Amino acid sequence: MSRPTLFALQVLVAVVCIVLWQVLSTVPVFGKILLPPFFFSNPLDVFSQIVKWFASGVIWKHLGITLAESILAFVIGSLGGVLVGFWFARQPLVAAVFDPYVKMVNALPRVVLAPIFALWLGLGIWSKVALGVTLVFFIVFFNVYQGVKEVSRTVLDNGRMLGMSERQLMQHVYWPSALSWMFSSLHTSVGFAVVGAVVGEYLGSAAGLGYLIQQAEGVFDVAGVFAGMFVLSAFVILIDYGVTLVERRLLVWRPTASDGRG
Amino acid sequence: MTMPTAVALEDAKVAFRLGDGRVYTAVEKAHLAVAQGEFVAIVGPTGCGKSTLLNVAAGLLKPAAGSVKIFERPLAGLNREAGYLFQADALFPWKTALDNVAIGLEIKGTPRAEALPLAQKWLTSVGLGAFANRYPHMLSGGQRKRVALAQVLIRDPKILLMDEPFGPLDAQTRQVMGNLLLELWNADRKAVLFVTHDLEEAIALADRVVIMSAGPSSRIIGDWRVSLPRPRDIFEVRLDKEFHALHREIWSVLKDEVMKGYAQSTHAAEAV
Repeated sequence: MSRPTLFALQVLVAVVCIVLWQVLSTVPVFGKILLPPFFFSNPLDVFSQIVKWFASGVIWKHLGITLAESILAFVIGSLGGVLVGFWFARQPLVAAVFDPYVKMVNALPRVVLAPIFALWLGLGIWSKVALGVTLVFFIVFFNVYQGVKEVSRTVLDNGRMLGMSERQLMQHVYWPSALSWMFSSLHTSVGFAVVGAVVGEYLGSAAGLGYLIQQAEGVFDVAGVFAGMFVLSAFVILIDYGVTLVERRLLVWRPTASDGRG
Repeated sequence: MTMPTAVALEDAKVAFRLGDGRVYTAVEKAHLAVAQGEFVAIVGPTGCGKSTLLNVAAGLLKPAAGSVKIFERPLAGLNREAGYLFQADALFPWKTALDNVAIGLEIKGTPRAEALPLAQKWLTSVGLGAFANRYPHMLSGGQRKRVALAQVLIRDPKILLMDEPFGPLDAQTRQVMGNLLLELWNADRKAVLFVTHDLEEAIALADRVVIMSAGPSSRIIGDWRVSLPRPRDIFEVRLDKEFHALHREIWSVLKDEVMKGYAQSTHAAEAV
């Protein structure tokens, strides 16, 4: 299928959905409105809410806060994951000792940590960053751990036979291998950084997209909730696109960069 | 021969401890000497431990008994005089062809600016001058072998150890690679230990062909000198009368071992 046709069909899906939503929430069918505006609002109201946010500029502050929290969560979580992943992979004893605790913490639904982080770190951005870090850390950690452990035996022997010292093996073999695993999970970890930020905001904050949605919900402003959701999806799609660009640059040496996601 | 011995395996025995505590002897008392400048091929049935023997010469494996000497000195740790060409893909997938070749020098401390032009020269001499910026996955199997060959040769090792390096390639590419190898080898005649299961390839390339018996506890059971004139062309040499006579003679010994090896492997499978 050609690109323009595909794009036209994709747009068509959105148009049909929005038109249906608009019609069903404003025009009575057999004397009854199927989507009561109180629960479902309607596309025009949602759209005008979004326009109002952007026109008045209030949305930028919230977007900026959510973006800052996501970036911080991603950077801190990734750094921690890389360091600990490397450490565990090179020290099997340490990995064996900590194994049950790692599993235990990872099995915990991270949302329950939000109140504790709010208590410890206050209602500012750091409690949200902390929540994002607990999500990102484990994804990066498991991937780096795997990456270092699953370096091809032959490639490793080749490095040794070429005369590499332990330090050079680290630099030329273990490190690139671990990074490639980490980058292959980039979409997932960036996504989780955003999830951590938004969920944290929703549960208690004074700014951010999660806060915006929570505020609208609090006053039964359904149009506001939907508007917040749309802005959030657009925001995530933009970030995901950025990640794809980064990934294409960093993983050129990979046969197919997109289907190696771990 | 007055040439010094590059690789000497003296009654080397290789054994592994199996999971159930039993000891599996892969190779029993192997005695083998490769002179400087000599091209020796080891041929044997699948699973006879010929690659194991090569790993012992490389220092990747320690013999359970006996000794390994490299240029008359006992080998401790990895064999620093040797370049090793692996059967499986051993290139660094995250480095371009050029960087893969240059790394051999960079490890030794050669500055990158000096290593890169030399690497380009080596890539050109294996026929890949125009592929410097390709990553391994963008190259064909034969091209990857060429890069691997350049990666090993750029360090100018005194000994070349080759573990069925052309095994995964198709028949035509193998012959082309064989000729390339002979051409490069002819320039400075390193000592070569070349493991293969292909007798024709062994005779066409080597000065000596060594035959191993079927495993376990395999031994070296034959040693033939190949006196076909050099420089050789692999395509031509196969038509030579002497080639055929030698092939028939060695095959009569090897055939029994191949059948034995096959019988043992099916027997072992039934026992499990």
